[in-house]
Formats: sequence, C-alpha cells, structure tokens
Amino acid sequence: MSAIEFSLLIGAASLLAGFLGSLTGLGGGVVIVPVLALLFKVDIHYAIGASLVSVIATSSGSSSAYVRKGFSNMRIGLLLEIATTTGAILGAFLATGTPTGKIAVIFGFALLLSAAISVRHKKKQAPDRPGDPLATRLRLNASYPVGETMEPYQVRRIPLGFGLMFGAGTLSGLLGIGSGAVKVLALDEAMMIPFKVSTSTSNFMIGVTAAASAGIYLSRGYVQPAIAMPVTLGVLAGSLLGAQFLVRARTQAIRILFAVVIAALGIEMIYSGFTGRL
Amino acid sequence: MPRGYITIANAERDTRLEAQVGMVLRVGVLSSAAVILFGGVLFLVHHGHSVVNFTIFRGTAPELRRPGSILLHAIHGDDLAIIQCGILMLIATPVARVAFCIFVFLEEHDFLYVAISAVVLLILLYSLIWHP
Repeated sequence: MSAIEFSLLIGAASLLAGFLGSLTGLGGGVVIVPVLALLFKVDIHYAIGASLVSVIATSSGSSSAYVRKGFSNMRIGLLLEIATTTGAILGAFLATGTPTGKIAVIFGFALLLSAAISVRHKKKQAPDRPGDPLATRLRLNASYPVGETMEPYQVRRIPLGFGLMFGAGTLSGLLGIGSGAVKVLALDEAMMIPFKVSTSTSNFMIGVTAAASAGIYLSRGYVQPAIAMPVTLGVLAGSLLGAQFLVRARTQAIRILFAVVIAALGIEMIYSGFTGRL
Repeated sequence: MPRGYITIANAERDTRLEAQVGMVLRVGVLSSAAVILFGGVLFLVHHGHSVVNFTIFRGTAPELRRPGSILLHAIHGDDLAIIQCGILMLIATPVARVAFCIFVFLEEHDFLYVAISAVVLLILLYSLIWHP
C-alpha cells in the first residue's frame, strides 16, 4: 500500500471512529486499535501508540467545550489524576514487556467491558449514602448548572473511586485507550457524582492520563508519525463533527449499535490473540 | 459575610478558571493539529508513492523518540520530525493545563490544590523525560 492510500484509508476510518466515539461518549480510541490491527495489519504496539495520541487530541478538544459550561469539577479531576497517571505509567511499563497476543486478548476483554458499561441501565436513584467526610476536607463538593440554577452535590466513597481510577489509568497506559467507560463508572457508581459532571470530568482527565503514558511510548519508539498523523487528524475531525450532533442524535439506538460493533471487535481481538494471528 | 456569598464567589471564580483552562486546551489542540497536518502534507508530497508496511514492529528512528532531537530534526525540515513535533505539542497540552492549574490555585491561596496539581505535574514530567 502506498503512503497516500494508507493515510487516506486510515484517515477515513479514524474519522468514522471519532464521529461514533463522540456521539456515544465512548471515545474513538477504543475502536481504532482493533481497526488498525485487524483490518490494516498494523503491529499492535504501533496501533496503541497512534491511538494514545488521538485520545489526547479528542479529550482536550472536547473538554474545552465542556469546561466552558461549568460541568466539570477540576478538583475531583486533579485529585484522581494522581491515581490515573501513576496507573498509566505502570500500564506503559507493562505494555513494553507484554507479547502482542496477550495484549490483544486483554484488549478484547476491555472492549467487551466498555460495550457492557455503555448499554447498562442507569439507576435513577437518589444517592442514599452519606457524603464522604474526606470530600469536605478536600473541598470536592460543589454545584453544577441545572437549567437556570446551580444544584449542589456531594462526593462519596473517595478511596474506592481513587482505586478504580488507578485501574482505569493502568488500562489506558497498557492499551492506549481513554478508558472513559471505567472512569465514568468510578465517578458515577462509586463516587455518585451527577452524570453530567462525571462525564465531563472524566473527559477532562483522559488527556492527562494519556499524556502520562504517551511519553514512555514515544521514547520506546511506539509512536510512528506516519500512522499517528492520519489517526489523530481523522479522530479529531470526527469527534468535533460528532460534538455538533451530540444534542440531537444521542439516542439509545446508536449506543446499542456501537456497543455491538465494539463487542464484535472485542471477540475478534480475543480470537486473534489466542490463535496468534496478531 | 453570609456563607452563601462566599459559595457564589467561589463558583464564579471556578467558572472563570475553567474558561481559561478551556482556552489553553483549545489553543494547544488546534496548533498541534495544524503542525501535524503541515508535516503530513510534506510527508505525502515527498514519500506519497513509497510503499508503507507496519505489520512488523521495528520501532521509530532514534531521532524521533526524544523531544530534543525531534525539535532539532523538525527545524531542519524533516517531515516525519515535524509530525512528531506536533504530537509532542499535543502531549504537552494536558501538561500545560496542569501547570496552569498550579498558578491559578496559587492565586486563590488554595495550597492543598497547589500541592495536588504539583504532584500530577511531577508524575507527567517523570514520564516525559524518563529514559529507560
């Protein structure tokens, strides 16, 4: 394949991945690695390096829109970034010593997990747990805009959230994905933060987490500019495009469709990893 | 001073802070994307018809792995180094955001969060300048 064909095809695939990732809130990174590895036969380490770079671009690009609306909680983000960045460095270390097949299998399971999380039923219950006293001391409780008023919220189970975030960071560093699904799970389910706050805070953290492992990937020679160029530009353009449709098109049908695609890619990755085709 | 007043002042300050952070992120992403695009166009003009194959991992050229040598080669017009330079700017964007937070919290005399931001920044710098 010539460099022009390669760039155009991968750019188009990344555009679509970024578009769907942004519409569903799952991020484009989660599909770009399997697409590069399975369809374009790119070595998985190169695929992960390129995906990681694109994850930084989409996170920073879309969170710049979110933060303006006042949904994200920067204190929660920064505190938990201690956990995600240390996890990300651990993940990047692990990635360099893990053979391709094993990474593919772990990746497959992460895809299945993401798919499951994205279609789970969100309980609409009022949080019954008392606020974490630690949250008061760390000044994490805040308020967010609901219509015209500011609604206060409390943060719960900080140690559990911190631990889950370390896991999300490790997954991100190992697989080059944003692990947005796990991050939202930690913020939503463990710390019981309102959905809009957790989504935008998670988005905010993804870039910092990815930057922590990107440095190690770069120095190990995993970031191939000829691959990262079309992937980053494509995913970024796609996610900016997706953000325009976000309000109108966020339907359950798209989420389920994307979740099915992700689950199928996950099974394919696990199969390819076990049979040594990758 | 009534307590509610303090909360509103805090919320307003946080909103302003978030707007500034949003600006840092936007400028960072757009300028890195522009550099990556520029390098990409150069690369395709120079090597568009050469065959590429990334099936086997060989690792990038040593000059494309360290920030210093990436900048050096980018200045000399090496297309891949220019793309890599844009990628480096992209990686630097969240790092700049964290560094920016330190100053903002310092201005607010919120020393707990000055410390927390500083820890995150140190972890990021460790990974960026870390050599195996």
